[in-house]
Amino acid sequence: MANFSTNEFKAGLKIMLDGEPCNILENEFVKPGKGQAFSRVKIRKLITGKVLEKTFKSGESVEGADVIDTELDYLYTDGEFWHFMNNETFEQIAADEKAVGENVKWLVENDTCTITLWNGAPIVVQPANFVELEITDTDPGLKGDTAGTGGKPATLATGAVVRVPLFVQRGEVVRVDTRNGEYVGRAQK
Amino acid sequence: MLNQYPQTAWQPSADIVTLKKRAQLLRAIRDFFYHKNVLEVDTPALSHAAVTDQHLHSFSTCFNDPMSPQEKTLFLQTSPEFAMKRLLCAGSGSIYQICKSFRNEEAGRFHNPEFTMLEWYRVGYDHHQLMAEVDELIQLILETEPAERMTYQQAFQQHLKCDPLTASLDELRLLAGRYGYQDIAANESSRDTLMMLLFSQHIEPHIGQERPCLVYEFPASQAALAKISKDNPLVAERFELYFKGVELANGFHELSDADEQRQRFEQDNQTRLSLGLQSMPLDKHLIAALKHGLPECAGVALGIDRLLMLSLNCASIDQVTAFEHHRA
Repeated sequence: MANFSTNEFKAGLKIMLDGEPCNILENEFVKPGKGQAFSRVKIRKLITGKVLEKTFKSGESVEGADVIDTELDYLYTDGEFWHFMNNETFEQIAADEKAVGENVKWLVENDTCTITLWNGAPIVVQPANFVELEITDTDPGLKGDTAGTGGKPATLATGAVVRVPLFVQRGEVVRVDTRNGEYVGRAQK
Repeated sequence: MLNQYPQTAWQPSADIVTLKKRAQLLRAIRDFFYHKNVLEVDTPALSHAAVTDQHLHSFSTCFNDPMSPQEKTLFLQTSPEFAMKRLLCAGSGSIYQICKSFRNEEAGRFHNPEFTMLEWYRVGYDHHQLMAEVDELIQLILETEPAERMTYQQAFQQHLKCDPLTASLDELRLLAGRYGYQDIAANESSRDTLMMLLFSQHIEPHIGQERPCLVYEFPASQAALAKISKDNPLVAERFELYFKGVELANGFHELSDADEQRQRFEQDNQTRLSLGLQSMPLDKHLIAALKHGLPECAGVALGIDRLLMLSLNCASIDQVTAFEHHRA
């Protein structure tokens, strides 16, 4: 993989840091009037998801990371791996528990997910921004009770728990924003 | 190509209201100096000589002189300092200039490769008297409280519990490592680079938040073109002004010794060569002028774009320049 100098750093560039592929979020040029220039970079470690700041001397270079994002449809899980398919080539790929992580609760069969591959292997599985899931369990709540604005917890088919308004009942399908885990509305039938 | 042209790319990066404020600011500065009898001057942007400081990168261009068979390399000036000092040596008295300065390899939120600089020199002043005048101008333009003052040593001791004048390279490496710069510290052989890193990242953000802060008595190793203090050879008579995390001005009690100036230029060029950088043609005219005699004086350079950013609360230099470099 090619090396990248600090003047090639920009948001979206994937580099290797401490043996882990990282995504550059921001690059700020820092230079005292009479002194050495630095690049202060905000990066996200792609495997752990940790965001950190790192400062490089201008002109330093780092190894690039062979990382690509690909859109794949979620098929099924066999309990150990989660299987995805490229809709055009029908090529299948299996992601392990580490790559799926917390997002397992948003995986809906046939939904398109973004899979990040590092050296060809999946390291991150990102669900669609919105998913629709059936409520499998929630307190009945009182119809017409709008005083409690906090809503109530509801368990969805994948095990995810979200807060929903009191009028939403078990068996209904709801639309959820996977980025913050918030209820958006009842799914259109 | 034309259909890929972004629809708004021709437009200024600063809005017209900001550009009007910019004009008002320039006028206020000219009034300030007019009332103090400081002469406005206009010196060349192109010169046969260039700054030797390893951290400053000059743009160069090629001059095809119609009166000479040889092509000449000319350098765009990183500041008007050398030419203005020659005017001082020629007996101009106190002078100021508002001009474009050019620095290669600089672009970012606070940097544009060409920017507007206010530089002024006061004959008979030392750095303390000039600091007072800088403070006066800033109070006028930014409507601030009088600036706070601290030495470079006090700033380091207060914020990093370290004495920058006596700390060894190893101590500074350790300190930088503790702040998360292990990778830089491991290979760094310059005390000054480590001090600049720590200062810019861990002192600058904390000083001059409520009112501007004047930091003075920089380490002698960062003297640039300032006199070394007679009272303490470890420090130089250099100051900087910081406000709200922005480095706004840099001033010197000016070095007037021609031989020492030549030695510093030659030393800079040695450093450049050792770093694999090109050595720069020394300004012989400046050395000759200093030999003739520079009057006792202090000088300061202040970034006009940054001053306007602070005055209008703008986050980026693009918002205060008519066309930032991508649109230029």
